[in-house]
Amino acid sequence: MKLKTDVDSSDATPNLFAPRRRRLFVGKRGIAASSLSTAIVFGLIVSVLFVTPGGATVRYAFFNPHEMWVAWIGNPRIGLLAIRDGIFTNVWMFLVSEVLVLSLGISIAWIRFSQSPVFLPFRLLATLYTDILRGVPTLLVVMIVGYGLPTLNFGFLSHQSPAVYGVIALTLNYSAYVSEVIRAGIFSVPHGQLLAARSLGLTQTSTMRRVILPQAIRTVIPPLLNDFISLQKDTALVSILGAIEVTRAAQIFSATVFNESGLTVAALFFLALTIPMTRYTDRLMARDRARRLASS
Amino acid sequence: MSEVVLELDGVVKRFADNEVLRGVSLKLHRHEVACLIGASGSGKSTLLRCANLLETIDGGSISLFGQPLGDKRIDPDLVRRHIGMVFQSFNLFPHLSVIDNILLGPVYALKRKRADAYDEALALLDRIGLRDRADEYPERLSGGQQQRVAIVRSLAMQPSLLLLDEVTSALDPTLVGEVLDLLTDLAHNGTTMLIATHEMNFARDVAQQIVFLEKGVLVEQGTPDQIFNHPREVATRKFLERVR
Ligand SMILES: Nc1ncnc2c1ncn2[C@@H]1O[C@H](COP(=O)(O)OP(=O)(O)OP(=O)(O)O)[C@@H](O)[C@H]1O
Ligand SMILES: [Mg+2]
Repeated sequence: MKLKTDVDSSDATPNLFAPRRRRLFVGKRGIAASSLSTAIVFGLIVSVLFVTPGGATVRYAFFNPHEMWVAWIGNPRIGLLAIRDGIFTNVWMFLVSEVLVLSLGISIAWIRFSQSPVFLPFRLLATLYTDILRGVPTLLVVMIVGYGLPTLNFGFLSHQSPAVYGVIALTLNYSAYVSEVIRAGIFSVPHGQLLAARSLGLTQTSTMRRVILPQAIRTVIPPLLNDFISLQKDTALVSILGAIEVTRAAQIFSATVFNESGLTVAALFFLALTIPMTRYTDRLMARDRARRLASS
Repeated sequence: MSEVVLELDGVVKRFADNEVLRGVSLKLHRHEVACLIGASGSGKSTLLRCANLLETIDGGSISLFGQPLGDKRIDPDLVRRHIGMVFQSFNLFPHLSVIDNILLGPVYALKRKRADAYDEALALLDRIGLRDRADEYPERLSGGQQQRVAIVRSLAMQPSLLLLDEVTSALDPTLVGEVLDLLTDLAHNGTTMLIATHEMNFARDVAQQIVFLEKGVLVEQGTPDQIFNHPREVATRKFLERVR
């Protein structure tokens, strides 16, 4: 009886050419094929606006170029706010929040790693803080801070603009997330790094500051940027407190003019803000991956 | 005999109910080199870590220059500034350049001025022939080069005692020689060292004292000639037969 083995013992020369249908997508033909499929897919998506019964209405209500322009520059004669005037508010809110979030996030992660018995109450507080603020929806935090602090009637804390309350709320909320991201980064630093630093006689604080945190933060930059992208978008939530920012201006526009094109402009603004950052984050992740592949 | 640098007296170390060191006693004098030998799991690494206060001990005592390290008034960070430690896996800091790896201890533990420590760090790199790689990052160096940088990183603290834990075990065989040569050079210059190693020929050449550990028990200690040529204990003889 002839045994079937794993090794091909026949004398036939194997054929190494791909079958004809797969050869269609090689070289220049590949570029043509990808362009064509892209055009078809995107064409289908846009065509929804043209073939559906309500398509024309939606086109008029959301994508009217004239209304979009008016929403962007505003119209003082009929008391219309310009969306472009709201931009500054969103931008400073997220810039200030990001700085605060990063410092508070690092501090909380640090406290949770501290070992000193004196820090026990702070460790408990930090754990409670992250648990609570990660669990409550951002919109609710914005409302609680924005309506709560003024009601406290407590000096300058209770006499701030809605945007300032927005910054406080976003900082509270996002620092809870960011501290967890940084903690994950700290866990990812090999134990040998800690041993080596302590063996040099570095104190626990110096070890954290000079050895552990720099490495931890480097590894978590992509997820950190993701949280920042999310934070930039969430500045829109502060509109609920009446802060005159992009979303609020767009809402006022649509309520006054009965045309939603302002909302589209607001959406485009947030896209313009976040797309560079998402692209950059993707590039960083790709580079990180390439480096890890190269070193393994 | 010169001053006693490190003294272990009946040291016991347990991980849960696993007794890893069972009453180990030894003395290391200034300018002396002692090699710790023993099978994997015999407690060599644990002993070195205890000496460096990276682990707490469960019995006995350890003293450095006659000062008991178990005393509550002892500052572990101060102790570690006088003891250098080099690991099997190098543990260089990947986010710092070679020169910054060496400067980290002097600048942030000893609070010396960077500019003052810089020339000494360069001189140390010169000694291992890596002066021109000062500004590169560790990942660009070979394993042997990394380990030699790790050794001079400890030396930059001007320690009174150097602990080395199987520093050639993670190296490609062709790179072992350059690291052992550096250690031999240090030994000839009078560096006090406690070395855990599987390199028996190296131990024979460089050590004044060989310490054989088995399952946490110090079975036998003596000069290289006593241990390698005339071992008294059966366990020592068996171990040496296996590694030769
Ligand atoms: N952190 C720890 N927790 C629990 N057990 C440990 C720990 N570190 C070491 N051990 C145990 O202690 C024993 C001695 O380990 P140690 O690393 O000191 O041996 P070694 O002589 O250095 O071995 P090797 O030659 O493999 O490095 C082993 O049984 C090990 O499992
Ligand atoms: Mg070991």
